[in-house]
Order: sequence, then C-alpha cells, then structure tokens
Amino acid sequence: MLLVILLNNPVASALSLVMALFSLSGLYILLEAPFVAVLQVLVYAGAVMVLFVFVIMLLKLRPEDLQQDRVTIGKAGVVLLGVPFVGFLIHKFLSVPVESSFKPVAANFGSPKEVGTLMFTKYLIPFEVVSILLLVAIIGVIVLAYRSPTDRD
Amino acid sequence: MTNEVLLTTIPLLPLVGFALNALIALVRARKNSSVPEKLVSFIACLFPILAFVLAIKLFFVLKGDHQITAISTGPLFTWMQAGFIDVSFGFVLDHLSAVMTLVITGVGSLIHIYSTGYMHDDKGFARFFAYLNFFLFFMLILVLGDSLVTLFVGWEGVGLCSYLLIGYYFNEPEKASAGKKAFVVNRIGDFGFLVGIFFILKVFVSNQLDGALLSFAFIQEHKELLAPLATLIGLSLFVGATGKSAQIPLYIWLPDAMAGPTPVSALIHAATMVTAGVYMVARLFFIYEMSPESLHVIASVGLATAFLAAMIAIVQTDIKKVLAYSTVSQLGYMFLALGVGAPQAAIFHVVTHAFFKACMFLGAGSVIHALHHEQNIHHMGGLFKKMPATALPFLVSTIAIAGIPPFAGFFSKDEILWNVYQHAPRGMYLLAVLTAGMTAFYMFRLFTVVFMGKFRGHHEPHHLGFNMILPVAVLGLLAVVGGFLGVPEILHGENHFHHWLGYLTQSQHTETANHGLEMNLMIGSTVWAVAMSLLAFSLYSRNLNWTQTLKQRFAGFYKIMCGKFYVDEIYEFFIVKPIRLISEHVLWKGVDTRLVDGLMVNGSANVMSLTGRLVTLFQTGVLGNYLLFLWLGLFVFLIVVFS
Amino acid sequence: MINLHHYLVVASLMFTIGLAGLVIRKNLLVIFMCVEILLNSVNLVFVALARDFGLMEGHVVVFFVMAVAAAEAGIGLAIVITLFRKRQTIQTSDWNLLKG
Repeated sequence: MLLVILLNNPVASALSLVMALFSLSGLYILLEAPFVAVLQVLVYAGAVMVLFVFVIMLLKLRPEDLQQDRVTIGKAGVVLLGVPFVGFLIHKFLSVPVESSFKPVAANFGSPKEVGTLMFTKYLIPFEVVSILLLVAIIGVIVLAYRSPTDRD
Repeated sequence: MTNEVLLTTIPLLPLVGFALNALIALVRARKNSSVPEKLVSFIACLFPILAFVLAIKLFFVLKGDHQITAISTGPLFTWMQAGFIDVSFGFVLDHLSAVMTLVITGVGSLIHIYSTGYMHDDKGFARFFAYLNFFLFFMLILVLGDSLVTLFVGWEGVGLCSYLLIGYYFNEPEKASAGKKAFVVNRIGDFGFLVGIFFILKVFVSNQLDGALLSFAFIQEHKELLAPLATLIGLSLFVGATGKSAQIPLYIWLPDAMAGPTPVSALIHAATMVTAGVYMVARLFFIYEMSPESLHVIASVGLATAFLAAMIAIVQTDIKKVLAYSTVSQLGYMFLALGVGAPQAAIFHVVTHAFFKACMFLGAGSVIHALHHEQNIHHMGGLFKKMPATALPFLVSTIAIAGIPPFAGFFSKDEILWNVYQHAPRGMYLLAVLTAGMTAFYMFRLFTVVFMGKFRGHHEPHHLGFNMILPVAVLGLLAVVGGFLGVPEILHGENHFHHWLGYLTQSQHTETANHGLEMNLMIGSTVWAVAMSLLAFSLYSRNLNWTQTLKQRFAGFYKIMCGKFYVDEIYEFFIVKPIRLISEHVLWKGVDTRLVDGLMVNGSANVMSLTGRLVTLFQTGVLGNYLLFLWLGLFVFLIVVFS
Repeated sequence: MINLHHYLVVASLMFTIGLAGLVIRKNLLVIFMCVEILLNSVNLVFVALARDFGLMEGHVVVFFVMAVAAAEAGIGLAIVITLFRKRQTIQTSDWNLLKG
C-alpha cells in the first residue's frame, strides 16, 4: 500500500495498487465474506484497475513528469501530519470494547444467496438507483471523452 | 397692560428693531443698493426710546409704591429641564436693575440718535444699527434676567455684539482682529464665570436640592449653603467680570476696541457692557459678603487696575485711547468700591460715569468726525472756539471725571473714597487718592491739548449736524446734575441713591459719626483734584512740549509707559506664542498628520490590504494544498466531535 | 487472537496512507488511485463490522460502494483524458489558474 504512494512511476503505482487489492480480497475471505472478495477481484482489480492502466498508457508520459514527483520537505511535513492522525484514529477505534475473537456465524454468512436476498428485498430501491447511476456514468464518460473523427489533435 | 407685560416688552423692543434693520441690511446688500437712511434711523432710534419710556414708567411704579420691591414676570418659558435643574427665562425689575435699565435705554437712545449723524454715508448703515439694537436687547436681558443663566445669556450676547461692532470695519485686518481679540479675551473670562456657576450648582445638588437652582431668588434663599465655597465662587465669577469689565489681567481688549466706530465705544465701552461685571457683583453681593477674602482680592485688583491704567493714559496720544484707559481706570474704581463693601457707591459711579464718559466719547467722536477722522491729539487744538457746542459739554464732563464739586463725578468718587478710607488699609486709600489726582491730570491734559491753544490740524473742522450736537449736550447736562442723586448726608442731602440700593448689603456699615473727618477728607480730595487739573491746564496750554526734559531724564520709564507696560507683548510671548506653536507643530503635524491620517485612516486601509494579501497566500492553485487543508479540517473536526 | 481491533487498525492505516498520498502526489492518475485506496479502506471496515455484528447489511453496503466507485473511476478518468487533451499534462502543479 505504501508503495502505491511512494513510487514515482505511475505504472508501478498502479501495479502496487493491484497487489493491494488482491490482498484485501484475501482479508475479506478471512472475514467470512466470500461474495465480496470475489466481487473485489472481479470489479475492482479487474475492471477498474485495468481501466487505470489503459489510461496511463494512453497518456504519453514524458520523462520530466517523473522528475517532479519527488519527496520534499513539504511532503515530509505531510507525513508528520499523518502520524498523529492515524494515531488518533487507532486510539478511538481501540477504545471500542470487543471480544477477543469473533463470534461464530451461520454457515450461510457471506454467501451470494444471502446478499442477494437482502438486496432484492430490503435494499431494492438503492439497488435500482445504483444501476441508474452506472448508466449515467457510462453516458457521462462517452460525452466527455468523445471525439468526432474530424478533430484530431 | 400689566406691569409684567410691560417689563417683558422692554427687552423685546430693541429686538424688533434689530430684526427690521437686519432685514433691510440683508435685502439692500443683495441688491447692492444704498440704504434708506431715514427709515433705518427712525426704526433704530424708535425702539430704544420706547424702551426708555417704558423703563421710566416702571421705575415710577417701583418708586411710588414702597410695598413693591420688584416687578417679576416669573418664568416665561422653560429653556431646559434636566433632572435636578430647571432653567427658565424670566425677567425681574428690582431697584438695581431699574437703575441699570434706565441708564442703558436712556444713554443708549442718545447714542443711537448721535450715530445717525456719525455714521452718515457709511455703507453698512443698516447693519450698524441692527447690531446696535441687538446689543441693547442682550444688555437688557443681562440686567433684567431673573436667574444667573439668563444673565449669562445676556453676558455672552453682549460679548458677541461687542465683537460684531468692534470689528465693524471688517475690511481692515487690524480692526477685525481687534474684534476677535475682544471676543477671545471675553471668552477666557466667561470660562471663570461658568466655573463659578458650576460651583454653585454643585453645592446645591450635593444638598439634594432641585428646581430652579440658578434663579437669583433661589440662590439668595439658600445662600448659607454656599458659605464654605463662597470665596471660590466669588473669585471665579470675578474672573468673568475681569474679562467683561476690563480689569487686570484681561483688560487688554478694551484699548484695542477703539478700532470700532466711536459711538460703539461710547455705548459699549463706557456706559453699558463694561459695567456688566460691576452689576453682576452687585447683584450677587450677598455671596461676596460671605467671603471677605474675595472682596479683598476684588478691591486690590480694582485699585491696581485703576492705577496702572491711569499711568498709561498720561502718555497716550490718540484721543480715543486716552478715554479707553480712563474707562479702565474708572472701572477699577467701581470694583474697588465693591471690594470695600459699598456696592451702592459702585453703582452710583456706574451711573455718573455713564453720563460723563459717554459725553466725552461722543464729543471725541464729534471732533474726529469734524476733522475727517484725525485721532492724534497733537494734530488738534484750539477747537474750543471752532466747536463750542461740543467743547462745552466736554469741559463739563472733564471737570466731572476729575471729581470736582458740584459736578457728578465728585459725589460718586467721593463716596467711594470715603468707604475706602473706612474699610481698607491706609495705603490703599492714599493710592486711590493719588490715582484720582492722576485722573484729573490726564483728563485735563486731554482737554487742554485738544480744545485749547492753537489749531494744529490739517483741515478745517466741518460743521456738525444737530443730531450729533444734541446728545452730547444732554449728556453734558446730566454730568452736571447727575451727582445730585446721591448727595451724602453731611452735605445736608439725603443720599437717595444709597437708600434706593440699600438692600444690597446685609451687613449695614455703621456710619461713623465722624462727620468732621469725612468733611476734611472731602475737602482734601477736592483741593487735590483741582490742583492737578489746574496744573495740567496751565502746563499744557502754555507749552505743549514741557515734558521734553522729563521725557529725556526718565527715558526708560517713559518708553515703558508708552508701550503700555508691554502687557500685550508679555501675553503674546508667554501665552499666545506657545499655544500657536503647540497647535501647529504638535497637534497639527504630529497628531493630525501622523496619528489620525497615518495610523488610523491609512493604517486601517493598510491592515485590510495586508490581511487580504495574507489570505491569498493560501490560494496556491495546487490541488495538493487544498486537499491538505481539507485533511486538516477533517482531523480537527474528528477531534472536536469525538473527544 | 485476531479480532475486530486489528482490522480496524489496518483500515485506519490504509486510510491515512491514501490521504497522505492524495496530498503528496502530483500525478493526477496516482491521486486517483489514492482515492481508490480510501474507498477500499472503508470497505474493509464495513466487512469487518458486518462479521462482528453478524449482519449481512455490511456486505450489501460494500456492494454498493464498489459499484459507485467503479462509476466514479470511469468518469474521473474521462475527465483526466479531457484535461490532458487541453494541456498535454497531468501534473496538478501545472493547473494553477485559481492561484490568487
């Protein structure tokens, strides 16, 4: 994860992110969430990151761009800010009382069936809204990125 | 018409005259055309004469009925009401103000008539008479007011009119600044006056009194409360009197005031305004009686002023300046009288002085007018034959001021001297007598140089109109007979004047039965006065320059006397210059420029732009920075909410 | 034993890293990736909590988040392309028109 932000080359960063996403998927499996895990790999690592890499390749990268992205004092200062921040968050989280280990769950926990049941009954409307959202997103992308064959750069 | 209504009308009459003439003046000034002199004169003289008639009528009301001690209108309208104090306007005519009113309206009317001749063909004819009427209005408010505040309104008003009239020829810078000087010096005195008023208020308020706190009736009723502060109050009010009545140290405006037209000098600076201070002390004498210290101060200041002014008068060469210093000197006598506990004598001298001094001023005006505005006495002479109608009253008045019986000045001055002898140290008496001799001397010097001997002038004097001769003659006559109002007992007269005003002093001075001594002193002072007069007469009629050797011997002292003892110069150096310096360098350049302009006005603008510039530093345009601030804000938010 | 705390700590670290990267990096695409990191950390929290409470709601939310993230990634990249066409650069420091 750290590598994502530290590496200069964006391609390298992207690959690091893919690695991270895979690991995250593993964590999900540990957490008895198989459906989500698979979803993560398919959607995130698969589609989104691929898109990313496509765009990185598309935009011709020039050598001087790589130069500018170095660690400077300002950036060290930012890191300095991050430490207390994360410390604070952890402190808050740790103060939540919790048992030493997880309770046992039903066998069906985390299966697609369960998720689907919930989604198509209780959360039906959000489901529909999200699908419309995806539609809008697609249209938006096309509108933004469309170039008629006449104006070539 | 009731007496109260008549009383209210008296001051209002000249006000109407002022309004009408002012209107005419304004209208004519716009059209830039000449003024209808006859109409203006008629308006201007009508109202004072009417006021005089009313004053006479009311005087006889008071005189006839011994029950009525005063005609009072009560509060006519309330000027302000503020918590503990009610200030209202009302008029009261008691014996004292009756005397003053008669003098003001009577002598005032005569001067108005005179002025119609003197100011003939002057461009500001209507303006002059408007101001003159305005002055009478304020002076009457001053003497008829029933409270200290009303008096003060009149006090300030006559100061204003004095400024307007002295600076009448405002086109000439020195004359305009003489008016300014009069007003400023007056103002300094007024400050003392106000302090006195505030002290009175303070005493009354701290005793939980309220109501018409400053009316004379009220003050007199509660005067015991004022006893502990009586000296302070008396002296503060006296400071005002030194300003208005030209005593040391604030007399400096009066000689300069001669820059105004001569009728102005006659009215304001001989007969009326300068006597306001004397009137005020007499009116409030019950306060002064409680503080012998203040009376001592007043007497000393009065005597010192009288002596100093007499010394300066001896060497003056301008006819009006001689008369001016003579006025200052005689005013000193009046305050001396007050200081030794004889307000009746002081007011008596006010009246007689009004007669002969106004007569002399108008006479001087006639001379100046006839000689085409020549004012240096060394260019006059031999006018007795050429202008007998003016010279004779002038001579009479001169004899009167010298204090030679049976003319007016003798009786009033002698009463003052007798009181000084009885109630003051011997030294003061001797100085007073000496000054009386000096008065006789320089007045006869004036008369002799101007009217006797050979004519040394440049032009022949031109003829004077009847309206200029008559008032002078009338005043001269009054100077002759005016004294008979107050013939003292030892000369087998009943001192009517003294009895008329007897109520002013609570503590009755026991008249020493030492009639023999009084008679001797009277004869002595008369002889002394006659001697000095004849001395002056003979010396100056024979040889004008007889003082040459004296001048050379005492050259230094002579120079100081001519320079009026350099009082003006001292004031200029020690007071005026520092103030001007401070105003210019410290306050103007320092405070105004740097502090107000620089720090406050420009400074706040600069602070604003600096702050703006500081804030714009945040707008770098770099996305990362914006996100950083976002993050910081989130952090703070989390801390605040979740702790 | 591994319990909720560990997962929450990890999620916090991820979140912070993503935030830091967001501020530090100048390459627009890398910035975008950092946003994805943020979203993922949140997903982790949801799943962990779902496991803890024993409720499926968490998974549903994760599902939606992923969908939205995908949509947003798409549009974002489209914007990046448009920007690139304008200025031929994707360094945020070159886009400082708002500099005051």
